[in-house]
Amino acid sequence: MSILNDSALAIAKKIQNGELSAVELLEAALEHINTVDGRPGTLDDGDPTDEDRTKVHAFITLTQERAYQQAKAIDARVKAGERLGPLSGVPITVKDIFCVKDTPSTAASRILANFIAPYTATPVERLESAGAITLGKVNLDEFTYGSSTESSAFQPSTRNPWDTSRVPGGSSGGSTASVAAGEALLSLGTDTAGSIRQPAAFCGVVGLKPTYGRVSRYGLIAFGSSLDCPGPVARDVGDAALMLSVMSGADRRDSTAARVTVPDYLESLDRGVEGMRIGLSPDYMQITFPDPETGEFRKQSLPVEIREATLRAAEVLAKQGVEIVEGVPMPNMVYGIPAYFVISRVEAASNLHRFDGVKYGYRTESDFEDLREMYRKTRAEGFGLQPKLRILMGMYVSAAQYSEQYYQRALQVRSMIRSDFDAAFDPEGTYRLDALLTPTTPTTAFKMGDVYGDSVLMQYADQLTVPANHAGIPGISIPAGLDGEGLPIGVQLLAQDFKEEILFRAGYAFELGTADAAWRQVQPEVLKAGKGTSS
Amino acid sequence: MTDEITPELFEHLVELAAFAFDPKEADYLRRELNNQLKAIHQLEAVPIDPEVPLASHGVTYTTQGKPALREDVWEPCDNPEDILAQAPQVEDGYFIVPDIPHTELE
Repeated sequence: MSILNDSALAIAKKIQNGELSAVELLEAALEHINTVDGRPGTLDDGDPTDEDRTKVHAFITLTQERAYQQAKAIDARVKAGERLGPLSGVPITVKDIFCVKDTPSTAASRILANFIAPYTATPVERLESAGAITLGKVNLDEFTYGSSTESSAFQPSTRNPWDTSRVPGGSSGGSTASVAAGEALLSLGTDTAGSIRQPAAFCGVVGLKPTYGRVSRYGLIAFGSSLDCPGPVARDVGDAALMLSVMSGADRRDSTAARVTVPDYLESLDRGVEGMRIGLSPDYMQITFPDPETGEFRKQSLPVEIREATLRAAEVLAKQGVEIVEGVPMPNMVYGIPAYFVISRVEAASNLHRFDGVKYGYRTESDFEDLREMYRKTRAEGFGLQPKLRILMGMYVSAAQYSEQYYQRALQVRSMIRSDFDAAFDPEGTYRLDALLTPTTPTTAFKMGDVYGDSVLMQYADQLTVPANHAGIPGISIPAGLDGEGLPIGVQLLAQDFKEEILFRAGYAFELGTADAAWRQVQPEVLKAGKGTSS
Repeated sequence: MTDEITPELFEHLVELAAFAFDPKEADYLRRELNNQLKAIHQLEAVPIDPEVPLASHGVTYTTQGKPALREDVWEPCDNPEDILAQAPQVEDGYFIVPDIPHTELE
């Protein structure tokens, strides 16, 4: 475990210098995974055993042989004196929503459980070309539909390394848990309503949703084509910046990948934050939840510890020269979840139509009379509850007689959510912000089984993160402390399109300003001495 | 108050989505959908200026930022066998599926 206890940046340098061997590092990672991860998620039914309940279960597929090939190749190239990429030998995990050639690429669904991808997604290709070693595919909510990873068809689903009776968040729960548990240094996740940022907050790691179009979606099994963003999960801001710099940029295979220059994120990282204007919005300092009995929506204040962590973060940044601007109005963010219920479901229904047992994936084994019956049985048997809910809702709100009332209205609300940000960031406007500081989540990690089953309550876990997906802007979640139960709290920074550099600079400044904080010394439960460290 | 998604409407959606459910699953799904509609109805409270455009995505694509169009030149797939190998049933390069439903015409 000790040789993994370094930044990806530092490790890649050591590999390049020959100080460390990629194979040695891989073996250390595999040994650690063996100690803390427990059995990988599988389709077999079976309640978690007592042993299962103490493990992380980040993986669906460990691509051990493939990783060995990659590591040996890196070591050989170092020996031959070659100059390697900036991620040489760095062990990473990949959310199993990305196609990686010749690996099972399942989307955590029965309908793709037998799918061996014939090609590799662009972000993975770029990471591997830079020398990263893919340890395997990690677990997620089925088709990324969820905020807890519990909906995966591959059980046992991932547990939070800080408290294994709790969820890691979702949908990129396997990604954030694998990094928090020290199994990998980096992970590739996706964020559609907060699916990188929310689990990053729950697991005490850094998670970035880049600007929509910053990173190619080629090879990403689609959920919401106008919302999905592949992004980095890392233990610190510098590593997230390194990972983004490798993955970003135009791609002829994705017509939504923007042709905007990729800045040198590492170069600007320590430029400091003197004079940066960072806003606080009262609209983000309260939360909405459906009343469990009446179903009515009630506004509540944030849990005290989350509120305080956010305000303390503002103080830390202010000490470093940031100008904190209070009272920034973001009146339309409260419609983020309702609009998301409509827009994401319409896109999901459309994107999941292709899973029909014809060209790939699961086909029903029961009898059928005709094509239509084959489709029905395949989809009913292959999809879990969450995909079914999303497809049905998508059908309803986009149906001709309802679409004006629902879908079109939601798209207008989306414009309004975007204009709130445009106004806040407008250099000629009232607030002239460089970034907005908010809490990442309305609560810390909840217990497994507590929320699952109530699809509305589960969706509201994303209420503070989803506005950035509607607007397309980038957002980062960084660890900002622990609550009274020792669970991580994350704070979020949001910036203008393609200004990830601002997020990294502010995040890095926050890390410097809290380097000696007591909470940074605390380890997740699965790493505590006697509970699974191998050093 | 009657549910917005009635059992009949639910059946219609199930047909459109090419699904089939047992009554217990159908009941759970229909109930969750109606609960979700309560959240969606919050959108009705928003006063929307008719001039507000529909946003199909948040980020503005400028002419420079938009990906370039590629030349209209045929680029053959380099691994058709791998693609076909994914399918449950393949023969002579064709995906094999059961026959479509037939209806007797009077």
